Amino acid sequence: MGLNPDDLQDRAEAERERAGKFRERLHVCTAASCQAIGSWQLEAGLQARAKAAGQQVEVCGTGCMGMCSKGPLVRRQSDGALFLQVTPDDAPALVEGTPSAGLEKRKVSFETHPFFAGQLRIVLENAGRVDPERIDSYVAAGGYAALARALTQMKPVDVVAEVTRSGLRGRGGAGYPTGVKWQLVAKQQSDVKYVVCNADEGDPGAFMDRSVLEGDPHRVLEGMAIAAYGVGARHGYIYVRGEYGLAITRLQTAIRQAEKEGLLGSRILDTTFDFSVQIRIGAGAFVCGEETALIASIEGKRGEPRPRPPYPPEKGLWGKPTLINNVETFANIPPIIVRGAEWFAGIGTERSKGTKVFAVAGKTELTGLIEVPMGTPVRRIVEMAGGIAAGGKVKAIQTGGPSGGCVPEALLDVPVDYESLVALGSMMGSGGLIVMDEGTSMVDVARYFMEFCRDESCGKCVPCRAGTVQMHLLLQKFCGGEATEADLALLQALADLLRSTSLCGLGQSAPNPVMTALRYFPEEFAARMRKEPPRP
Amino acid sequence: MADTAPAVKNVKDNRARLFERAMSRQGYAPDALIEVLHTAQELFGFLSTDRLREVSRKLRLPPSRVLGVATFYNFFSLQPKAEHTALVCTGTACYVAGAKGLLDAAQRRCQQAEARGRSGKLGIQQARCIGSCGLAPLVVLDGRILPKLSVEALEQQLDEVGA
Repeated sequence: MGLNPDDLQDRAEAERERAGKFRERLHVCTAASCQAIGSWQLEAGLQARAKAAGQQVEVCGTGCMGMCSKGPLVRRQSDGALFLQVTPDDAPALVEGTPSAGLEKRKVSFETHPFFAGQLRIVLENAGRVDPERIDSYVAAGGYAALARALTQMKPVDVVAEVTRSGLRGRGGAGYPTGVKWQLVAKQQSDVKYVVCNADEGDPGAFMDRSVLEGDPHRVLEGMAIAAYGVGARHGYIYVRGEYGLAITRLQTAIRQAEKEGLLGSRILDTTFDFSVQIRIGAGAFVCGEETALIASIEGKRGEPRPRPPYPPEKGLWGKPTLINNVETFANIPPIIVRGAEWFAGIGTERSKGTKVFAVAGKTELTGLIEVPMGTPVRRIVEMAGGIAAGGKVKAIQTGGPSGGCVPEALLDVPVDYESLVALGSMMGSGGLIVMDEGTSMVDVARYFMEFCRDESCGKCVPCRAGTVQMHLLLQKFCGGEATEADLALLQALADLLRSTSLCGLGQSAPNPVMTALRYFPEEFAARMRKEPPRP
Repeated sequence: MADTAPAVKNVKDNRARLFERAMSRQGYAPDALIEVLHTAQELFGFLSTDRLREVSRKLRLPPSRVLGVATFYNFFSLQPKAEHTALVCTGTACYVAGAKGLLDAAQRRCQQAEARGRSGKLGIQQARCIGSCGLAPLVVLDGRILPKLSVEALEQQLDEVGA
């Protein structure tokens, strides 16, 4: 017998009471990035130490706290201090409070440090607070309360209306209004519908979805369940990249736990609502982030896109109405249901509501996750990440991965919202933000992304299959200093061709990195056009 | 190509049985093809022609469909694995931090080994991005992440494992 809504509250209280018995709580980051540099051993070491010291300190794992380049990270519950680059040698100081000058130097505030101070955490609110491997920990933090509220106090149509009013837009990159998509699926007459979570985070340099899945898997499941209730689906799939081993493990654990507690499966929370979730593991194809290719891949086929319409809300997985949303979109749903659409719509800009998580990487002092309200200037995000390491100068930033483009330093005051970035020729994308300094060649970066698109083109339509090859060859000529004016004209003509005739988003947006580089850094291309005389 | 030789002598090779069980758990459903290929590669290291034929028979799919899927996705390898695998991340963050140099160094090492007639020792793969950009540039050597790597450090690590 699963939990009913009252049990859920009891469960949360019991967990809070249990946690309250400890004098102190240490949250060790156990996301993939910190694990790779020893957080696993660190957690075990701290746990052994705490046990020896009489169990007054609880040591638990938690999701990505954001400052990935300074890991392994440990957060102390009582005063919110965040310790950087923690080693097992720091265990006495952390567990017993033994004074340690070395550790003090690596202590920052989780609230007031410039990296965190400008952040508004909604999607990442449980990072540093919740143990992703224990469902009770999630429930104690208010988890599954949104699902309970939706199932017991709202009709499906109210759920969809609430999401529509919140103004939430798809976080996968294109920014389609989430509520409108839900309405499309909800109004379809079909006995079978599906909800699919797109966790095929393919843009290189983007790792928000990985962090959310690893750090707060129940949050995504809860969002999916609410969506399923809203649109009338009973079955869901999560399509995860094969590269994300830890995220897959954590999801499997979370699904098992939720099924055991009656939060997934049949008669959820003692209501008549049934919903089950299955994981599908990707096999390394970037194009599978495109929704129709993703559907083909779930069906066990080659991940090749098909023409739209019909769109997935009409004909999706196995020809049935299908709702596809990205990880971060689903993670936004529970707080919208609990705190209301008005609260969410009050954050952000006129047309882009809520927050966006950015994965900031490249030449910045700090690398990691930053969640800011929509409308925050890009420059502010770069500053939060500490600017360029060693006092260098920002040359440009790149958003949207191989489908996006670069934004030069002079335009960094652009606010992050869907329309502003598109106006600059780039796009929001899934949230990767790569910062480049003066030493980076924009021609080379353009060539890099074209090579990526060439390799990842599925080969189904000619413009993309042949066009990316030709554009890459032309860019190579630029890199080699052998390009002519005719090559430049051809490059532009090909870009137009790919944009207007490719079948799916991959080919249509493949020219973006080249076109923005040409638009903002024409002198770099010009410099590569004449053969530089050999140096004496 | 045969892929059934047990790794250690006198140890019973039950991989075929495990594989059968995995397919049966999926109910031999044709749409479980990708899951089944994942399992096959995990168990046997790569997908041999015989293995693909077996999958096609058991899942009642045309061989062309099985081969088509196996060759479409980067994860699946139709060649046996080398003794050591260096996975060089070439995501954007790693790329601007110098992944090209690491890739060249690893490839140089591979060519040198082949020139000395020791092929199959080191296999090089490229990842699009493993999502640990805070540790760029990085290489995953035999499943172990080597963070913030220099070319010298990579060569030292390769020496240590004897690749």
